[in-house]
Amino acid sequence: MADDALPRPTPASPSRRGVLAAAAGGALLVGFHVPLPGRSTAAEAGTAFNAFIRIDRSGVVTLIMPQVEMGQGVYTSIAMILAEELDADFGRVALEHAPPDEAHYKNPVLGVQATGNSNSIRAWWKPLRQTAAGTRVVLVQAAARGWGVPVGECRTEAAQVIHDASGRRAGYGELAGRAASLPQPTDPPLKQPADFRLIGKPLKRLDTPDKSDGKAVYGIDALPPGVKFATLMASPVKGGKVARVDDSKAMTLPGVRQVVVLDDLVAVVGDHMWAAKRGLDELAITWDDGPNANVDSAQVWRQIRQASTREGATAKQVGDAASALSQGEVISAEFEMPFLAHTPMEPMNCTAHVTPGGCELWLGTQVIARVQSSVAQTLGLPPEKVVVHNHLIGGGFGRRLEPDMAIKAARIAQKVDGPVKVVWTREEDVRQDVYRPVYRDLLWAKLSGDKIVGWKHRITGSSVVARWLPPAYTKDVDFDAVDSAVDVPYDIPHLRVEYVRDEPPGVTTGFWRGVGPNNNVFAIESFIDELAKKAGKDPVAFRRANLDKTPRLLAALDLVADKAGWGSPLPARTGRGVAVQVSFASFIATVVEAEVDEAGEILLKRINTAVDTGIAVNPDTIMAQLQGGLIFGLTAALYGEITLDKGRVQQSNFHDYRMLRIDQTPPIAVHLIKSGEAPGGIGETGVTASIPALRNAIYAATGVALRRMPVDRSLLARGGRA
Amino acid sequence: MTPARWTALTVVAVIVVAVGIAAWLLLPSPAMSFAGGKPVPLASYAGASPTGVPAELRAADPITRGRYLAKAADCEACHTVEGGAPYAGGRPFKTPFGTMYSPNITPDRATGLGTWSDADFLRAVHKGIAKDGERLYPSFPYEAYTLMSDDDVLAIKAYLFSLPPTHAVAPPDALAFPFNHRPLMAVWSLIYNPDHRFQPRADRSPEWNRGAYLAEALAHCGDCHTARNLAQALDNRRKFGGAVTAGWRAYNITADRSSGVGSWTDDEIAEYLHAGHAAGHGSAGGPMAEAVDLSLSNLTPGDTRALVAYLRSVPAIHTPDLPAPKAEAASEMPKQMAAGAANPRGRQVFEGACASCHGWSGVSPLTDLATLTGNRAVNDPTAINVAQIVISGARRETPNGAVVMPAFGRTYSDDEIAAVANYVTARFGSTPSSITAKQVAKFRQAQ
Amino acid sequence: MTELHINGELRTVDVPPDMPLLWVLRDVLRMTGTKFGCGIAQCGACTVHVDGKAIRSCLLPVGSIGDKAITTIESVGVTPAGTRVQKAWLELEVIQCGYCQPGQIMSAAALLNAIPHPDDADIDAAMAGNICRCGTYVRIRDAIKRAAAEA
Ligand code: FES
Ligand code: FES
Repeated sequence: MADDALPRPTPASPSRRGVLAAAAGGALLVGFHVPLPGRSTAAEAGTAFNAFIRIDRSGVVTLIMPQVEMGQGVYTSIAMILAEELDADFGRVALEHAPPDEAHYKNPVLGVQATGNSNSIRAWWKPLRQTAAGTRVVLVQAAARGWGVPVGECRTEAAQVIHDASGRRAGYGELAGRAASLPQPTDPPLKQPADFRLIGKPLKRLDTPDKSDGKAVYGIDALPPGVKFATLMASPVKGGKVARVDDSKAMTLPGVRQVVVLDDLVAVVGDHMWAAKRGLDELAITWDDGPNANVDSAQVWRQIRQASTREGATAKQVGDAASALSQGEVISAEFEMPFLAHTPMEPMNCTAHVTPGGCELWLGTQVIARVQSSVAQTLGLPPEKVVVHNHLIGGGFGRRLEPDMAIKAARIAQKVDGPVKVVWTREEDVRQDVYRPVYRDLLWAKLSGDKIVGWKHRITGSSVVARWLPPAYTKDVDFDAVDSAVDVPYDIPHLRVEYVRDEPPGVTTGFWRGVGPNNNVFAIESFIDELAKKAGKDPVAFRRANLDKTPRLLAALDLVADKAGWGSPLPARTGRGVAVQVSFASFIATVVEAEVDEAGEILLKRINTAVDTGIAVNPDTIMAQLQGGLIFGLTAALYGEITLDKGRVQQSNFHDYRMLRIDQTPPIAVHLIKSGEAPGGIGETGVTASIPALRNAIYAATGVALRRMPVDRSLLARGGRA
Repeated sequence: MTPARWTALTVVAVIVVAVGIAAWLLLPSPAMSFAGGKPVPLASYAGASPTGVPAELRAADPITRGRYLAKAADCEACHTVEGGAPYAGGRPFKTPFGTMYSPNITPDRATGLGTWSDADFLRAVHKGIAKDGERLYPSFPYEAYTLMSDDDVLAIKAYLFSLPPTHAVAPPDALAFPFNHRPLMAVWSLIYNPDHRFQPRADRSPEWNRGAYLAEALAHCGDCHTARNLAQALDNRRKFGGAVTAGWRAYNITADRSSGVGSWTDDEIAEYLHAGHAAGHGSAGGPMAEAVDLSLSNLTPGDTRALVAYLRSVPAIHTPDLPAPKAEAASEMPKQMAAGAANPRGRQVFEGACASCHGWSGVSPLTDLATLTGNRAVNDPTAINVAQIVISGARRETPNGAVVMPAFGRTYSDDEIAAVANYVTARFGSTPSSITAKQVAKFRQAQ
Repeated sequence: MTELHINGELRTVDVPPDMPLLWVLRDVLRMTGTKFGCGIAQCGACTVHVDGKAIRSCLLPVGSIGDKAITTIESVGVTPAGTRVQKAWLELEVIQCGYCQPGQIMSAAALLNAIPHPDDADIDAAMAGNICRCGTYVRIRDAIKRAAAEA
């Protein structure tokens, strides 16, 4: 292990930016430091108070980040939470990625060391405040003892303990040594929200300056000494094997060093990615496609449609839905969602160095401990022999909740002398993803006037949870697949939600930004618009009539309707669509305004969204996450679909797996509702919101009730005629 | 005469004229009739033989010679399905009468040519009759191949038989009645397949005759570049004047200065044939790019020059709808547009998906191969080839490196593709197109 | 041997002339600020300046650059437009995961070089080739306007 492999300078050797900022008086000091087991001495790294806080002699507070930064601003929000209760000087904190260590850093909600499900703040809100408050208590105790004054007379501010009566002050840096030996209380008093100095302020993010000038180091930027470069192609059909490889031409190319052939993948190693890529292009690979050779999308849909005719396992039961739906007019509809790829802008990659006794990995991952354990298992090593350096993440969206890239890189590295950086081409990234499952939702409802009196929702789809976290899959119900459906926000006296597990052939499914709620909120909110029409009600009025028991959502709906000018006249072929949701403990109402032209093309006009997410730790981050999430969702709604033919994913890169671009992006206004409730999740909510809101805008503009995503523009061009 | 007689006479006259026109329209027109002069048997031609391989390869082994000729005849393009083994067949051909699939011509005994004798092979290539006696459709250009010498046909066979046998069965053809009736082709062959070998023109130079042999017997340029009559035979009275085949427009390659290649220098034509690109004239796309990469780029410089010499001798034909290509680049400034400015959708597609590579001026900042300035396709007001390349992209291995244009057809709608094609012709060409989504849908189907 | 003028320095590299600049920067010169996103000029993550213009380095053969001046994200901050763009980017907190942002910033700086006061259509034309999967487009537009206003 060499020091120059570190993604960032350690706090002991401040970065250029740190020095400059300190000199300018701003004193922002951010270092992304990968801890080296057994190497960090107290002198280098300061005094550790617990797994999250270290304070060095100069008073720099190092905060260890249990959740990974992938753009959601969590490093700043978590630092704010810690610094708030610690009364640290936010301008003099350094951040460090947590090492793989389930004991200290497992996500309190997920039970594993993972970042996902928009729960970072929800999960860590209390434990981190307690940790930091406990650290503050011992710092105060150390100072008070030293001064011989009562603890109660001391206060803290900007990383100092202050005794006002005597005018004495001591910096955390000078107190750290003594304070660390004192026992930290487990249940220290926490600040009242009124006393917050940091939380609730739109503070500047700590990770962004380095991201603006090329200094930020992502997994793909790791360059351990002697590294070689590789790219790979795995069997294009799931479960397929390599039958034959002719590398005669590839090996003649300049810069190509080695062709690695494993049972299910081929990699070319070279002096740089270009050599590796060209080498791969020149390989003649014959695949044995295996049992999935003939899978196509038609088969996938046949199978799930068939499965959805079965009665599902009960996910939620209120009242007697069966009898409520047994008489009178029952309204029903089916909705379908396609496979989706994640395509984070940073393609999959992992740098690996396998030596006889161990393995070292460099990558950005949402599941560092799982990467460690699964690579250890693959290589037959004890976990502690696998050293994982986590990095900034160039987009996760659920893709980096999987360890597959690390396993593949490690298997390739086993055959390579020295470290090798394996980078997926975009084509490989798209074709070897774990895909957001296809879903099919059946809904039935009964109305009495403008009230929903009976409701049944059958969700059919793959269970990602059953593969990813098997113990959490119980009673044949995937809690994620039914999320936001079992807790549908409307006041429905008789309700049944059921789940049919159906695993599609030919692909592996995975979590995708917005997870279960994406599908459910789309189906529910689309259906609600159709019910409103049946009831002869305006979509907002109909929702209002059924939201009595969810006042926070009702408030969001009222606010967004006002901001969006709901009800005011619109030009022809233009419509407003509304969608409301309670997802990830946030209450969100969204209105999308869109025009559908004669050709069936969608012109996004504007988006308003109102959100009550409880205490907003960093309001600016919340706005940014919603803006981004809405665009992520609109991309999926307009273009997202992965299809299969002959067992192969047909999409490959951004020309055929299309992304929304800036020139299609409408103005987006996010309206934050002040709240004193515990913080909710936000990273995924925008995705969930925009899909049904767009669908309903199209419904309003054209009368065409789309039942599946992505939007079928040719269907709209035909005015909805098949 | 009574009115009835007048009527009868008129009817007869109309019929006679109609039959006459039909006969003229359907009359076979030999490929080289334009050249005049006196055809002489190969053996009695005074100059070097126009057939066989070029001098550089005369001493090579039979397989190398056969390979050269097979490349020159471009067998691989038609007999390879995308992603499949070379020469193993299965590529679909959409015609007005239905879809046909090319057969496997690897030496596989069960599904390829493994059991074919020399005589079987000669008969197929020269007469369009398969080993089992079945008549072949003229998608297989035996109209041209019939001109090949026996030696050359057998050299190609030797090469094909040196390939690894691939087991592959092409899907059955799907042709509409009466075209699904193969024996009909016997009649067609009788009229349109002369079934005779190449005869040099005594009064022409050896280079011209070599070029003629390459163009007519092997490369079968006319197959795409010459329009067809009602019976789907080449109408050589309009030789090389351009035609639409399989959804792509093969342009006028006669000496016409504005609509053909009359204003190109010999070197430019040679470079285009060799590399699929010539400075100032843009790059080949679609089937022409494929013809260059799989076939024409393999020709020796001497053969390329011979081909140019022959092409130059074909009489100019003017294609009225093709303007002279605009030679100047467009403005670097996105907003500056001469015409067709009110095309926000086209502009939107262009700025997102195209501008990075093709540049706002049409001169690619990345590679000459992506330069649009001067390209015939963007100067074609039907915009057919622009739309087609947007739909299906390009993947080329050129002598100057690999180039890829992504295929946008999967997620861009017909309306978007029509819009961007109209934007591109307006911005970079001399006459803007105004194609519609419906036309794009048709282009997609034609491929 | 190919000589390249990068960020005011002369660098010599021994690579095939058809090798795209992107990989020369990242893997040979180890300047990892410029990112790989698609390799087919569809995403803009690899954008650099060549003589002040935004170019996709993933398809730019090093052999074709000659003595033109290459500027990358590592030093665009020394140009007036680059400084203003970076400043506006941080002020408006544009950046999320940040992976696309070197490319976004390079495209924006090139835009301001060419058109000091761009309107929305100019911004669309210059920026539509840059994909941001995190969806920072709304703020990118605002930040470009702010950077332009400070000129
Ligand atoms: S990597 Fe060059 S444009 Fe995407
Ligand atoms: S900030 Fe993440 S891709 Fe743009």
